[in-house]
Amino acid sequence: MKHLKPLNKKAQRIDDMVTSLAQEDVVALQQAPRPHVPLGCSLSFSPGWEVDAGGGTAGLCQPVERDIYDCYVTCFWPVQVPDHVNYSPDWASNCATAAKDWRNLDLVFP
Amino acid sequence: MSMPMTVTIQHSYRRGEFHPFAAEGRDFIYLVPAGAMFELDAAAMTLLTRLGDRPLSHDALIDHLVEGGYSRSDADLMIHELRQAQVIVTDDARPAPAPSAPPKDFPLQALVLNITNQCNLACTYCYEFGADKIATPAGKKKYMSLETAKESVDFLLAEARGRKAVHITFFGGETLMNFPLLRDVVGYANAKGAERGVTVGYSLTTNATLLTDEIIAFLSDNAIGVTVSMDGPPDLQDKRRVYKSGKGSYAVIEPRLRALIANHRTRAITARVTLTEGVTDVIRIYRHLKDDLGFHEVGFAPVTASDNQAYSLDDGGMNGVLAQFHQLADEWLEYALRGEMHGFSNVSETISELIQGVNKSHPCGAGIGLLGVGPSGDISPCHRFTDADTHTLGHISTGIDKQKQGEFLSKGHVDAKYDCQTCWARPLCAGGCHHEAFVRYGDTGHANLHYCDWIRDWTDTCLRIYGAVSVQNPQFLERFAARKAQS
Repeated sequence: MKHLKPLNKKAQRIDDMVTSLAQEDVVALQQAPRPHVPLGCSLSFSPGWEVDAGGGTAGLCQPVERDIYDCYVTCFWPVQVPDHVNYSPDWASNCATAAKDWRNLDLVFP
Repeated sequence: MSMPMTVTIQHSYRRGEFHPFAAEGRDFIYLVPAGAMFELDAAAMTLLTRLGDRPLSHDALIDHLVEGGYSRSDADLMIHELRQAQVIVTDDARPAPAPSAPPKDFPLQALVLNITNQCNLACTYCYEFGADKIATPAGKKKYMSLETAKESVDFLLAEARGRKAVHITFFGGETLMNFPLLRDVVGYANAKGAERGVTVGYSLTTNATLLTDEIIAFLSDNAIGVTVSMDGPPDLQDKRRVYKSGKGSYAVIEPRLRALIANHRTRAITARVTLTEGVTDVIRIYRHLKDDLGFHEVGFAPVTASDNQAYSLDDGGMNGVLAQFHQLADEWLEYALRGEMHGFSNVSETISELIQGVNKSHPCGAGIGLLGVGPSGDISPCHRFTDADTHTLGHISTGIDKQKQGEFLSKGHVDAKYDCQTCWARPLCAGGCHHEAFVRYGDTGHANLHYCDWIRDWTDTCLRIYGAVSVQNPQFLERFAARKAQS
């Protein structure tokens, strides 16, 4: 730590902890050094828009279309998905069950 | 779940729980929920000063630091660092959790054997025999039998599960009134310890009246640490440390002490002084015990007493004591800066706890890693509860009564003491002595409120000493820690 100088053993443990937290623990799959993630499946989070370690989307654990539907319905990512309040109220009308019908979701062109 | 929602949250910050102090022109904090000590640089001090007692938004803090000449990114990093160490916390932060209680199967480390409840002195303030006694020895054994003592040693070694070293303290009554047993126990425990590959250390407390050359040689040969209960030069010693006839004990113990200190070469010899009404001349007592008699260390404690005992220290007496403690503390610091050990153990003990950064769930090890055994074989939380029926935690023949032990420990946990929750000195104090609390308030789980101000004053004094040594002679603290680990 830069501003706090540890003076006893307990303080040293806090210093060690803060120093270890300072290392980046969230990295993109294509960012060096590449993290070890089994290809095609991310164990830690829904990969969303991100490409996999090979640069493609095919191996991700769920297709972007499935993901974007989730954003649409729950308004998670309001800017980059079809806006179900204003201009695309019917975007998901052909998709009764996302797990089965996600192929019916189409792109929205401005 | 899909992509995370990204929303910029505007945090406000407030001070975490810490006690600030200064020494040698530097600024320090004692971080209470951890027991950690840090030196602050000017930037961190600027931030904490600005933060004051009211929460401030992230942006307001940044603006202040930028005005103070720090770059925006520096300021941001600093806030980040202080927040991670919890020197500052966000305004929605919950209080830090209390230190967790030790596990139920915490291995035993030390046993205090009250090898007799008999004493050849009749010190008027004695917690075992005086007005505030809680012991009811009538009808019980007066001297521990060898059988009970051996059972106790076996019990200690069994309950120490996996420890490489254990400790036996001999206590009384007057311990040396049962010296033959003590000698046999040391022989037995050494043999049993060796079978298991466990080192057994020893110490005893005595009034020194019964020391002989033979006993001193035995104590030295077996590296048995000795604490002598005594109150100072003749006029102070003889005030309350008297025989049943009223005759003082100084003249009897003086030659024996000189022989002890001259001939016991394997352990530090410590004096333990009880401060009472009229026995408050701390400096004079210290000089006599350290310089005239040659004790290695001298520790002081005010007498344990309920209100209105004639021998109690009143506030005036206590303030006088504290003023003299400060004088000796200054001396301790001068010694430390020269790299020398000073014998005032009230400072030394606190410094060694500060080096570790202890954060106590309980005030001491009583009922956890340490237990007392009375002459009859009753197990108690510590020697101060010997022969006190309501505090018995089992019997050496049947083992620890886990339910009673659990009740004792849950009452004594710092988290159960309301008044301690807002006190910055609680990592070290944890509410103070269970026995003193019982004598004062009738409840071992009561915080010792009568000495809170004193504890805080003393802890602050020791923090400032620590800060000063860490600036001027940091190597001393390392040597001190190593030395303490050996003793």
